[in-house]
Amino acid sequence: MTIIKLLSKDTGSNITLGLLALVTILVPACNLLLPETSIFHVSSYTMALLGKYLCYALLAISVDLIWGYMGILSLGHGAFFALGGYAMGMYLMRQIGSRGVYGNPLLPDFMVFLNWEQLPWFWHGFQWFWFAMLMVVLIPALLALVFGWLAFRSRVTGVYLSIMTQALTYALLLAFFRNEMGFGGNNGLTDFKDILGFSLQSDATRAGLFIASGLALGLGYLSCLYITRSRLGKVCTAIRDQEDRTRFIGYRVENVKLWIFTFSAILAGIAGALYVPQVGIINPNEFSPLGSIEIVIWVAVGGRATLYGAVAGALMVNYSKSYLTAAMPDAWLFALGALFVLVTLLLPRGVTGLLRKKEHVI
Amino acid sequence: MKSLDAMRNFMRRDQVFEFLIPDTPPDLDLTHGIILYLEGISVSFDGFQAINNLNLYIGDGELRCIIGPNGAGKTTMMDIITGKTAPDSGSAWFGQQINLLKMDEPEIAAIGIGRKFQKPTVFEFHPVIDNLELALAGNKGVWTVLTARLREQERHRIDEVLKIIGLQEESTRLAGALSHGQKQWLEIGMLLMQNPKLLLVDEPAAGMTHQEMERTAELLTSLAGDHSVIVVEHDMDFVRSIANKVTVLHQGTVLAEGTMDEVQNNQQVIEVYLGG
Repeated sequence: MTIIKLLSKDTGSNITLGLLALVTILVPACNLLLPETSIFHVSSYTMALLGKYLCYALLAISVDLIWGYMGILSLGHGAFFALGGYAMGMYLMRQIGSRGVYGNPLLPDFMVFLNWEQLPWFWHGFQWFWFAMLMVVLIPALLALVFGWLAFRSRVTGVYLSIMTQALTYALLLAFFRNEMGFGGNNGLTDFKDILGFSLQSDATRAGLFIASGLALGLGYLSCLYITRSRLGKVCTAIRDQEDRTRFIGYRVENVKLWIFTFSAILAGIAGALYVPQVGIINPNEFSPLGSIEIVIWVAVGGRATLYGAVAGALMVNYSKSYLTAAMPDAWLFALGALFVLVTLLLPRGVTGLLRKKEHVI
Repeated sequence: MKSLDAMRNFMRRDQVFEFLIPDTPPDLDLTHGIILYLEGISVSFDGFQAINNLNLYIGDGELRCIIGPNGAGKTTMMDIITGKTAPDSGSAWFGQQINLLKMDEPEIAAIGIGRKFQKPTVFEFHPVIDNLELALAGNKGVWTVLTARLREQERHRIDEVLKIIGLQEESTRLAGALSHGQKQWLEIGMLLMQNPKLLLVDEPAAGMTHQEMERTAELLTSLAGDHSVIVVEHDMDFVRSIANKVTVLHQGTVLAEGTMDEVQNNQQVIEVYLGG
């Protein structure tokens, strides 16, 4: 009932979720059921690529929730994405077992290579899927809680907060580069074999991961829709537009920010966890500040403060990226920069803003 | 045995841990007919004495106008009452029992002090009706707000306030699309939604047309009685039209207090205002 109510009179969301459902069903079906000779056959490469985009779309929604709706410009959301990814990567590493190059049943290859004798304490428990999934949610949430508690309570806002988030992800980047941290240094975690006993190389497993990504995106979309439509959502936009007024009518602005920020970090973590088995690697580059800025650009291009805008932006920009980095590798960064400048100047409401009525313009 | 006793004490089931007891402030106590006490308040910013040993008492249901030249400390005084600025010394009490200096902005808003800013601040991207809904009195915790639904009784309250501020026709328009005067009224309406006992209104008539000013004056005088209202204003005609008691601030202290006529004939006030 709630879902029907949420979706009534929201054409953008209806179209987005409808298309998502279609893609989630059709792409794996076309991959598994149709022969390779058929023109409707979707190759495993394409499916993995699309699955990656779905994870990016979920990440974009999480940034849109705090930036578009609440005005917190996080330039470090890649950190939560990467942490979720690392938690999943650690589970996948433990699944390799003695099939690694060195054949050590307990230690992942890079630890053997570093002459480590024991598994570090924080790697314990990751042999269980449920534990790893718990960490996918808990670790980003915990970091967001601590960071947000410190930042929002001291009323750090605007550019200063953005710089701090950028510093946060950069600090993590440097930390994860170190071999002593025990996360594989600059090589990261890779060479995964299987997940829950299913081989990651098989098309069926990949299809399963694709469907999981589609479901996660759909559920994430609906939960964000629920939040933004609730009175809490109205409070969020109120904070974005008039923080002081919101405080003086009696809302604890820092608490609202903290919980929404944490929820957004959890979504980013889940996106990261689904991303890693589909691309087959997680390394510290996912923490790079540039990556986090790119997420913001997706949202800006698609149209912030609309969830379907964030999804559309993530898909469009990433498709162009895949295309351009193959066609003209050097041109990509210039294209990205130009895209951001042009969209900010010419389409402040993003590409989807072109399709919307002028209702939000004063 | 000491630790055992401590353990037993810890496990006692007839007691609640102190940190679990919700911090509810005492009820507003108006037995002496005074709603706000500001006594001996001083604040300085980087050596500038914004408020200097200020004493001010506001009666229950009173409409008090505060005038004074720029930099007299009017806005700083409001900041102190609403918890935005902590004074260097002095005390601020709301009724007999509530110490304002120990509370922060949301707590002070919750016990019934509403504030209108100098510049009209409404949520421009929300419809008028949502602006009022957000300001509704009640529990404003994150979880409560997430699952909140507008109840019949709250809807009535919104309609009532819309009528008081005269914006029934505009209820579904975005607040950003309202005229300057209408925004001022909407902001006063948002204060009313919180069921405040004391309203702090900073320059309500600024930038208003003559008719709008008249309506604002009517609105504020109609609120006095049920609420106590403090109005900070520059426009003397406006002050004359609403106030029976006026306080003049100058350099952070009270220079004169009395009716408008008394104040205007006060030699010190004339000197400050006319530079005589």
